[in-house]
Amino acid sequence: MAVVNVLEVIDIRLAFEGVIAVDGVSFEVGESELFAIIGPNGAGKTSIFNVLSGVYRPQQGTVRFNGDDLIGRRPHRIAALGLSRTFQNIELFSHLTVVDNLMLGRHNHMRYGPLSAFLWLGRARSEELKNRSAVEDVIDFLELEQWRRFPVGLLPYGVQKRVELGRALAMDPRLLLLDEPVAGMNVEETEDMARFILDVREELNIPMIMVEHDMGLVMDLADRVMVMDFGRPIRTGTPAEVQADPDVIRAYLGEQHRSVTT
Amino acid sequence: MKGPKTIKGRPELYTSYAQDMALLNTRPKRAWSLALVVLAVLLPFLITDDLLQLLATGFVAAIGAIGLNIVTGYAGQVSLGHAFFLAIGAYTGAALSGPETGRVIGFGITSLPVWLLASGLVAAFFGVLVAPVAVRLRGLYLAIVTLGLVFLGEHVFREWTSLTGGPGVGRPAAIPELFGVRLDRNNAMFTAAQQLYLVMFVLLVIFGVLARNLVRSRVGRAFAAVRDRDLAASVIGVDLTKYKVLAFAVSSFYAGVAGALLFVVNGFFDPGSFNLLLSVQYIAMVLIGGAGTISGAIMGALFITLLPRITRELPAVLPFISGDATGAVTVFQVEAVLYGVLIIVFLIVEPRGLFGIWVRVRNYWRTWPFSY
Repeated sequence: MAVVNVLEVIDIRLAFEGVIAVDGVSFEVGESELFAIIGPNGAGKTSIFNVLSGVYRPQQGTVRFNGDDLIGRRPHRIAALGLSRTFQNIELFSHLTVVDNLMLGRHNHMRYGPLSAFLWLGRARSEELKNRSAVEDVIDFLELEQWRRFPVGLLPYGVQKRVELGRALAMDPRLLLLDEPVAGMNVEETEDMARFILDVREELNIPMIMVEHDMGLVMDLADRVMVMDFGRPIRTGTPAEVQADPDVIRAYLGEQHRSVTT
Repeated sequence: MKGPKTIKGRPELYTSYAQDMALLNTRPKRAWSLALVVLAVLLPFLITDDLLQLLATGFVAAIGAIGLNIVTGYAGQVSLGHAFFLAIGAYTGAALSGPETGRVIGFGITSLPVWLLASGLVAAFFGVLVAPVAVRLRGLYLAIVTLGLVFLGEHVFREWTSLTGGPGVGRPAAIPELFGVRLDRNNAMFTAAQQLYLVMFVLLVIFGVLARNLVRSRVGRAFAAVRDRDLAASVIGVDLTKYKVLAFAVSSFYAGVAGALLFVVNGFFDPGSFNLLLSVQYIAMVLIGGAGTISGAIMGALFITLLPRITRELPAVLPFISGDATGAVTVFQVEAVLYGVLIIVFLIVEPRGLFGIWVRVRNYWRTWPFSY
């Protein structure tokens, strides 16, 4: 499918004491591909994200991101390489405004230090103004204009999810990890989010990995799907291939799904 | 004003990010700030010297409270060790500027900018030394470790008599000299109190504006990110260790500066001053003023500094409170109880502190007469 791979994950194994969370997972994500990971709760989907973003360190395996090896790097270093993510349970800075949250996404795009910050002159001022304008592009892209000045803790759940996507986008990522972007959303909010994810693909051309339980969304949007169960990948393929796989139906989708889709 | 002009009748319509992000970005903010500065500069000619001394102390306390607010209010690292860093600053300033001969150490460098900067830097150095511990702990555990600093400091300062003069004796505070003028002595134009008041005010404005700039910069946002969600902060590229250490360094720098100035008004200090109560007073300033705001720290510091002055008037109103150290209920006890009661009341009723009350008053009048 894709010629160049942005991300290559080779034989990752992650265990906490005796509990094996991820057991021999390998996959790759191509340029401008939308790769989905699905599976029952506790299958190890979020653990893979935590390995990729440096929160967990796997016992075994390699992760190569645009040629750089990610294993052993601390999270902020990985972020600096252009990998950004959202969280299953919103992890925004709840006391800060939408603008400040997005400006934090641009943290690594500004280089001035504390001494310059004290004076707010020269480099500090010009970098702040330049990045404020970049943040406005994200606000415009995600239609967040009316919420700009609100502390995010006060915003509705669906909007918070959108702000979190915005913070990840503000980083100008080279790969975006979405952890359950529509979890807990109603139909309208889900449709909005789906539209934004499609916009990200088409206008910004950013490759994405998405963990999601909403099968409709996954099957509609994803190029390829990896199904996991108990830490192991049981099938990787196009949505159509995966949906027809008997192992996937047994482990995750259920027998009812077969009758619905066929 | 820089940048494109505002449109008449639309004061809050910004046409550039420079306008939007300016320090004083609304007309009322500019007007209020100007009014406060004018009032503060005129005060020395309107009120008595003992009140000026009190206000000057309040301004210095405000610098210290801003420091504590940076590490605790912005970066979310609870520190009970502020008294320790105040002490470091006080002794650095006093030792550098003290006379060369005498019973305590002195180097005779009386120029205020020199010893002030040195006091801040030495305190910041100790802040950076302590920070590695702080990076690994948080919340209550960090509070206990920083509390340990206060006791450690108290012991060292009590024993190191060649620096501190020893308990009950003490040593003279730093000697404030600016452009060859001794600020702590009356001269032809100003009294000592007037001079010190004005210098402390100017220093507060300088350190206040610097801190305000810091907290609205990428550094300040990183502090807040560490406070609100450290996991998310690291995943978007904030180096947690670096910013925690930086918060401690900046906070201790401010504490060092405040410590060096704190006793200049009184002229004398004793190692017993730097105890847990002093740390608690600064926590009270931050909580009562409003955690995570610079102007709140200033309001809180002035409030706590002026509080004893108000309680001293109590015996006249409530005869069962005694004005001296004897009697069943003394003003000193009332003061100590008030710190505690005020912290509790503010945490329950208005967690945003005096700053929060100010915001509510402002919002009420903004929509007046439709204020509901």
